[in-house]
Amino acid sequence: MLEDKDRIFQNLYNDFGADLASAKQRGDWKDTKEICGKGREWIINEIKTSELRGRGGAGFPTGLKWSFAPKEVGSRPHYLVINADESEPGTCKDRDILRFEPHKLIEGCLIASYAVNAHKCYIYIRGEYFNEGQKLQTAIDEAYKDGLLGKNSAGTDWELDIYIHYGAGAYICGEETALLESIEGKKGQPRLKPPFPALIGLYGCPTIINNVETISVVPTILRRGGKWFSSLGRPKNTGSKIYCISGNVNNPCNVEEEMGIPLKELIEKHAGGVIGGWDNLKAVIPGGSSMPLLPKETCETIKMDFDACVENKTGLGTAGIVVINKDQDIIKCMARIARFYKHESCGQCTPCREGSGWMWRMLERMAKGEATRDEVDMLLDVTKQIEGHTICAFGEGSSWPVQGLIRNFKDEIIERNKFDPIVKKQKDIPYLVDQHLLEKENA
Amino acid sequence: MAVKKISKVQPEKFEFNKKNKETADSIIKNYPSGKQQSAVMALLYLAQKQNDNWIPLSAMKYIAKYLDMPYIKVYEVATFYSMYNLTPVGKYFFQVCTTTPCMLRGAYNLVDVCKRKISEEENRLSEDGKTSWLEVECLGACVNAPMLQLNEDYYEDLDPTKLEQIIDKISNDQVPQPGSYKGRLSSEPENTRKTLIGNKNA
Repeated sequence: MLEDKDRIFQNLYNDFGADLASAKQRGDWKDTKEICGKGREWIINEIKTSELRGRGGAGFPTGLKWSFAPKEVGSRPHYLVINADESEPGTCKDRDILRFEPHKLIEGCLIASYAVNAHKCYIYIRGEYFNEGQKLQTAIDEAYKDGLLGKNSAGTDWELDIYIHYGAGAYICGEETALLESIEGKKGQPRLKPPFPALIGLYGCPTIINNVETISVVPTILRRGGKWFSSLGRPKNTGSKIYCISGNVNNPCNVEEEMGIPLKELIEKHAGGVIGGWDNLKAVIPGGSSMPLLPKETCETIKMDFDACVENKTGLGTAGIVVINKDQDIIKCMARIARFYKHESCGQCTPCREGSGWMWRMLERMAKGEATRDEVDMLLDVTKQIEGHTICAFGEGSSWPVQGLIRNFKDEIIERNKFDPIVKKQKDIPYLVDQHLLEKENA
Repeated sequence: MAVKKISKVQPEKFEFNKKNKETADSIIKNYPSGKQQSAVMALLYLAQKQNDNWIPLSAMKYIAKYLDMPYIKVYEVATFYSMYNLTPVGKYFFQVCTTTPCMLRGAYNLVDVCKRKISEEENRLSEDGKTSWLEVECLGACVNAPMLQLNEDYYEDLDPTKLEQIIDKISNDQVPQPGSYKGRLSSEPENTRKTLIGNKNA
């Protein structure tokens, strides 16, 4: 277990208050000038040494991402964009950073902007986090007043302005190019890549996009050294991470822990165990709703880091752990997730727009036991046809949880949906009716 | 994709009041010159606040002129994002999160309370005309589930009885305290905190 002194987010539970004075007491904004004084190369190299991987879900190495920004500023200015559009079901870590540790984020913005030559930084906050956005704005105002932002930010001779841009309730805007479209004042529909945003991003200018948590850990890494950060966890999966444990546990919570902590330890120790005891555990979604669920046997042993999750056919994602116990109907739970994706699909690519609805409706019927036996394979086939055939990763995100369900609980689905194809029994089967006519409004 | 309905009853004219005009102008300044279109989301939100929590078509036309962009582009944005209400909603607008993490902890019991105490259907005003409710997707407070959003505030760790009390208060025009209804300060584990012990209640 991580020692308290090695936790980066000391104010995760708001013991001290989020204002500038108490943030400074916790060590924020200390020698920011000296850090920037060591130069861009040093900062990027130190982040590379730390092996920090993006905390937004994909786990892309941050140092590498920063090094993609053009070294010299050409005719187009550079931008830094912070992705605070946290909407992945099961995840609520960025919210706590925004409201309790805003100065870690702002200082990280300054250092990152310096490293990638950006003078303007936009923080894209989801519209629902209105109060959190106000708290961040207060912190930004404090920083301007104290000379930490603006013309000569924190004495670094670097000019930086930070603006908050509110979203308006679209999950897809968490995808980086959709987020850029949204900042440009358009519908949040992802762009084709390449060109990657590092070269052609916001307003066609080089743009680096990072998650809130990624940027917030940067100042501490630079202060304590990349070596310190990489000494936590294991190679390629270093550092600490905020885990959000929700669902059927006794004490749902956010907790900062070392990468690679066993899932069982997180649930038993920090979250007070599964409701009804460990044996009552049915499945765990380890990384936000997009990631395939894990059956109980895997939960006993799995360690929570990027590579270990991939080895177990799932992903760490945003580390939003959703615990599901045996009192719940697992098919219904996944049907609800499928409904989420159906609701949030941006409608740009046909496989996702149509397929996400198909998956939802099939799962709803399976939960009620109204599907035929061979529909299970049909459902799997639908997920395979969505996956990889869309512009952004939403296609994977919507089909993986369904694939995970079929992989681990196929027997249960078949058990419930036993009957033979309809032709034989002449049953009044709802899928012969045009389904969208049955949908309830705004579903 | 979400289906969005436009209200049949539309006011003729919409214009920002003086204060919102100033706010709008300062928001436009956040973006590079010539990129004023970026402010469309913020301006729509301002319009929604000014117009009793919903956006009429005249406001979209007004914003299109204000930002020098085609009306259809504003319309696209307003219909794409789910937080813009295009039909009137209650002065007190309950948005209940029912995505899986909340559902596991009983969000549908809250929906039942809303059905019973506010209105049978989503997006329909209550009898006194002040409240309406809506089922929404993940609001990002999963460790404080089940929860709902009332206008801009989060009400967390709810159960049906507590929600009934909240709705009763609202119908008397008293806005109850937002936050956790289990006595939690934030997202810490209740009673069994094992980390950052030295800081506890510092």
